[in-house]
Amino acid sequence: MTDFDYAPALESRSIVTIESEYGHFINGEFVKGANHFPTINPSNEEVLSQIALGGAQDIDRAVASSRVAFESTWSKMPGKERGKYLYRIARIMQERSREFAVLESLDNGKPIRESRDIDIPLACAHFFYHAGWADKLEFAGVGSSPRPLGVAGQIIPWNFPLLMLAWKIAPALAAGNTVVLKPAETTSLTALLFAQVCQQAELPAGVVNIVTGDGRTGSALVDHPGIDKIAFTGSTQVGKAIARAIAPTKKKATLELGGKAANIVFDDAPVDECVEGIVNGIFFNQGHVCCAGSRLIVQESVAEEIVSKLKVRMSKIRVGDPLDKNTDLGAINSAEQLSKITALTKSGEDEGAMRWSPECALPKKGFWFAPTVFTGVTQAHRIAQEEIFGPVLSVLTFRTPQEAIEKANNTPYGLSAGVWSEKGSRIHWASQQLKAGVIWANTFNKFDPTSPFGGYKESGWGREGGSHGLTAYLKSAEEGGNNE
Amino acid sequence: MSDRIEVKKTYKLFIGGAFPRSESGRTYEVNDHKGGFLANPALASRKDLRDAVVIARTAHISWAKATAYNRGQILYRIAEMLEGRADQFASEISALDGISIKEALKEVHLSVDRLVWYAGWSDKLSALVGATNPVSGPYFNFSIPEPMGVVGAIATEKNSLLGFIDAIAPIIVSGNSVIVLASERAPLPAMSFAEVLATSDLPPGVCNILTGSKSELAPWFASHMDIDGLDITGVEHDLRADVKVAGAENLKRIHSFADGQSPARILSFMEIKTTWHPIGV
Repeated sequence: MTDFDYAPALESRSIVTIESEYGHFINGEFVKGANHFPTINPSNEEVLSQIALGGAQDIDRAVASSRVAFESTWSKMPGKERGKYLYRIARIMQERSREFAVLESLDNGKPIRESRDIDIPLACAHFFYHAGWADKLEFAGVGSSPRPLGVAGQIIPWNFPLLMLAWKIAPALAAGNTVVLKPAETTSLTALLFAQVCQQAELPAGVVNIVTGDGRTGSALVDHPGIDKIAFTGSTQVGKAIARAIAPTKKKATLELGGKAANIVFDDAPVDECVEGIVNGIFFNQGHVCCAGSRLIVQESVAEEIVSKLKVRMSKIRVGDPLDKNTDLGAINSAEQLSKITALTKSGEDEGAMRWSPECALPKKGFWFAPTVFTGVTQAHRIAQEEIFGPVLSVLTFRTPQEAIEKANNTPYGLSAGVWSEKGSRIHWASQQLKAGVIWANTFNKFDPTSPFGGYKESGWGREGGSHGLTAYLKSAEEGGNNE
Repeated sequence: MSDRIEVKKTYKLFIGGAFPRSESGRTYEVNDHKGGFLANPALASRKDLRDAVVIARTAHISWAKATAYNRGQILYRIAEMLEGRADQFASEISALDGISIKEALKEVHLSVDRLVWYAGWSDKLSALVGATNPVSGPYFNFSIPEPMGVVGAIATEKNSLLGFIDAIAPIIVSGNSVIVLASERAPLPAMSFAEVLATSDLPPGVCNILTGSKSELAPWFASHMDIDGLDITGVEHDLRADVKVAGAENLKRIHSFADGQSPARILSFMEIKTTWHPIGV
């Protein structure tokens, strides 16, 4: 131990009360589930609670409740009144933000620094932003008398549980839709706490229904004939299955799917900022980020310098207890995800790439993976093509700007990309060439409710955030057979 | 009238700015509204479609780089070329649809006007759906619409010329390239329109036209992995679910449209790109 090592600085978990068992939130009340499954703290495998496994009947009741709420209350309520409910929700979430942050870190494994400073404040901001849209829908861009779509079925992932809930529920409600939300199997707790917020805000019953469960619960929601719109964030594989499932129906869909973002470093990039950006790009949230900068594409002339500085920086990353305020890298969300990361990194070694991780002691219990970088990666390697969804970076090099773009775009995905250069014209040129929905220039992994987020190609359909995200929950009065 | 024997036109495909026959060597018979023989246009094959996609991909890259002003002028030029040949198109439409020349001329004029309408959109799309976004932090953040890439279109059977213009103009005005399957029943105005395109400074490969069987080719359009979007306005309702299932393999953006001009037809085949950059000294 050196003189300057950090002492643990644990965030207290006494602020949260976790019940031993949860039901679904249907029609404004918690209702008992028939079957349950455990949700655990991935940093130590402690069972936190028992979560209800939603079946077709639960989905049916939730959809029916949302339909009644849509027809009788929510779609008829003046926008300014709907907006006030959303403002209330935003305010209560702000009041209870520490509680949300601790609960999120417990259930998900992410560092408290991130849940406290990023996830929860952004989730609040999404409600606050969309609250203001509720009485201004005629200016959203779909014509003078926009209408809500009806009941939205929303399925969210485990990487940003509350934030993804906010991305889904806030625009849907602002536009006058009601929702049935299914949280991810491993991270239901903050959604259930959000249900309490809805109660405190006196949100009319049925406007938000939450049914917990696994993939089968999600399928039942997608297939339910009472749903008008599907909003899904998750894997490209499941996204395609949803696209096929709704093909014969009139259901609309927004899909936020996988990514394999390129983070391009030109030889004139500011080295230290750029190394911070690379670290933030791939190690933020354990790399459990669909838009993570998982492919570093660095100009050959500076590759050695960048990679050696990156390795020094990586050796400073603190891996450990998510509730420790000094922690940079928390736990992998589940055993299943850990085995996926392990298998893909093994393929990197088997295919000939060079693997490196700093010395770092990982806790014995729970699911952990050290920050890892692969050099000598070629485009054909699985670690350069497949989404790892973990703290694993693949480094490729380029000589000409054209080659950088070709490598960056050589993937079926197109969610995000990064560009590092001090030259403005080069930044704009690269940004134009990249086939991706979000470009971070001299920065990475920034999010805001006013900023549309979403991908090209197999990264999905539509955008979330800004007026573009809002209009995905609206139709124009004159809309005919548009939007198959 | 003299006894002169008329020189009739061979209707072929339009791919990469050239007029090839189908590689399959196949044709099918197109008749006028009374059942009389008109022409043997090509019955395009899956291979013709694949060839066209390769060419369209290359063409899209330079077409998307053209300035919006330039693209607008070229679409306007297409309208000019069509106006000059209005009579020819009117007689083709009249023969196929059994309507009077006067009625047919109305459709031609509507088509010219539609092209002019879409031409004017080229440099206004960013103002319509672009934005600078006031994010909470020291960043300049802006969103702009960009062309999607290569888009397929199955033209409607309803209006052989106007329906065809609706299938191509909104797709190419933003910088996409298109492969369009013309009306199966009445493909002749579309193939004559290729001659208009060929004299309009539209870069070769931006608009590629196939004629043939919808039920045969629509599934290949849908499953092609290098087609980014698909307009299925001309696909019969009972075939649409299958087309959408096939299109899910690369998450193709699949849309159909009601009659009439709309910016939605353009924007449906564009992507919103958002760029962040720090602000600081």
